[in-house]
Amino acid sequence: MARAVTTRCKSLNTALAWAIRLLIFFPILWTILISFKTEAQAIASPPLFLNFNWTLENYAIVQERSDYMRFLWNSVIIAGGSTILGVIIAVPAAWAMAFVPSKRTKDILLWMLSTKMLPAVGVLYPIYLLFIRLGLLDTRGGLVVVLMLINLPIIVWMLYTYFREIPGEILEAARMDGATLKEEILYVLTPMAIPGIASTVLLNFILAWNEAFWTLNLTAVDAAPLTAFIASYSSPEGLFFAKLSAASTMAIAPILILGWFSQKQLVRGLTFGAVK
Amino acid sequence: MPPAKRGLAMVFQSYALYPHMTVRKNIAFPLRMAKLDQAEIDKRVEGAASVLNLTDYLDRRPGQLSGGQRQRVAIGRAIVREPAAFLFDEPLSNLDAALRVGMRLEISELHERLATTMIYVTHDQVEAMTMADKIVVLQAGVIEQVGSPLELYRTPRNLFVAGFIGSPKMNFIEGEEAMKHGAHTIGIRPEHIAVSDSEGTWSGVVGVSEHLGSDTFFHIHETGLADTITVRADGEVGFRHGDRIHLTPRADVIHRFDAQGLRIE
Repeated sequence: MARAVTTRCKSLNTALAWAIRLLIFFPILWTILISFKTEAQAIASPPLFLNFNWTLENYAIVQERSDYMRFLWNSVIIAGGSTILGVIIAVPAAWAMAFVPSKRTKDILLWMLSTKMLPAVGVLYPIYLLFIRLGLLDTRGGLVVVLMLINLPIIVWMLYTYFREIPGEILEAARMDGATLKEEILYVLTPMAIPGIASTVLLNFILAWNEAFWTLNLTAVDAAPLTAFIASYSSPEGLFFAKLSAASTMAIAPILILGWFSQKQLVRGLTFGAVK
Repeated sequence: MPPAKRGLAMVFQSYALYPHMTVRKNIAFPLRMAKLDQAEIDKRVEGAASVLNLTDYLDRRPGQLSGGQRQRVAIGRAIVREPAAFLFDEPLSNLDAALRVGMRLEISELHERLATTMIYVTHDQVEAMTMADKIVVLQAGVIEQVGSPLELYRTPRNLFVAGFIGSPKMNFIEGEEAMKHGAHTIGIRPEHIAVSDSEGTWSGVVGVSEHLGSDTFFHIHETGLADTITVRADGEVGFRHGDRIHLTPRADVIHRFDAQGLRIE
């Protein structure tokens, strides 16, 4: 009997998990489906699920109207650049907090995180002015720096938790063996933390890729990434759901594929430290 | 002066090997940091590996080694540096009992071969007694006594050292019996008390007996001297729980201590 109950319990759990998965994935699925409809079918009521005339027309129009590759390239540079720069700054910071903590380390960590609690729009004005002064508006460099700063608390936090798992004695041994601080971080700490660094990089790449507030407000043409590419299809002079969906699908496709292939790392990153 | 320039090499309790490097790279790491040329590094690593029987494991990672092998890698990493002195921080405490005995001998042998000073921290007094030329007994950062193992065993300077060196612990007796010897406290080691079923200086009732085969340790109660008196007897001596037993201490090895716990000569 007990066995039968557990089996039923298990299949119930599986069904529930699938239902939740579908619920979460549905908006993305729906976007993808709409992108293959005509504009009329896209707003048809009742909505059409699969029984419509599949068309690639939207993609052709979107590609014709705007240069997808240019936006993609900007996204790659902004997301990649801000993540790499962030990690380069965060590794020594996390090293210091994890291995030579002071009385105030916990406070500093919390303070860093608290900057994430401020609504971004609250600092839009000063940052916008700074960008004008420094001539950084609509430049990739400017966005790399801003997105790096936005995500830095998360990068430091994640790396800090990974580093904490590394026994300090190993670093002491490296010092004893004559490694300088740079060599210690480069040859001993970083290679040991590679799995942690990889999931941190992935997560932050995704966060930066999807970041819309700053990318939309601080770019116009030259540095506009895929978020701007999508936004350009939500125009006020009419509803173009199908084209908007096609643009969205094109924008999220690279990150979806990246996420799919790095699921393992990502899950490890998100649940790290929860279970020892 | 930075740690690496002090001419010391340290072996950590947890081994502290670099888990992402092979044994070869682990051992070579201090040499690489010292910017030695590759030929010299290879020579020294091969040398250390053959001394420590690690030649077959050079391309494995620490995760693929047993505890004893990891310990040897940690020692290998220390000896390639050809230090003026080694620091061992409880190097055997993570090993199981059988392996510990083996490694103890290996380290002693290595010590003979390298003829280098080794400073070895341990809580295990068997390790201290068997391996050391000179023992420094520390308590809460204060040096209690310095001397050869046998000096410490024969003439402990105070109660702490007397109780610390020797296993099982020395018996301490206070009160009247101690006064007879002109001391505040007297100490007598379990191995210096003879047992008999008919006659002796003291008598008591046998409590727990620990049979080790070669020896038997009896814990004697109701002696009127101390809560428990521990004695060592031959493995064949067969007292049972509750038996009355008579004890005779060897008069020449009774240790006398004053009220401050210091030895009275």
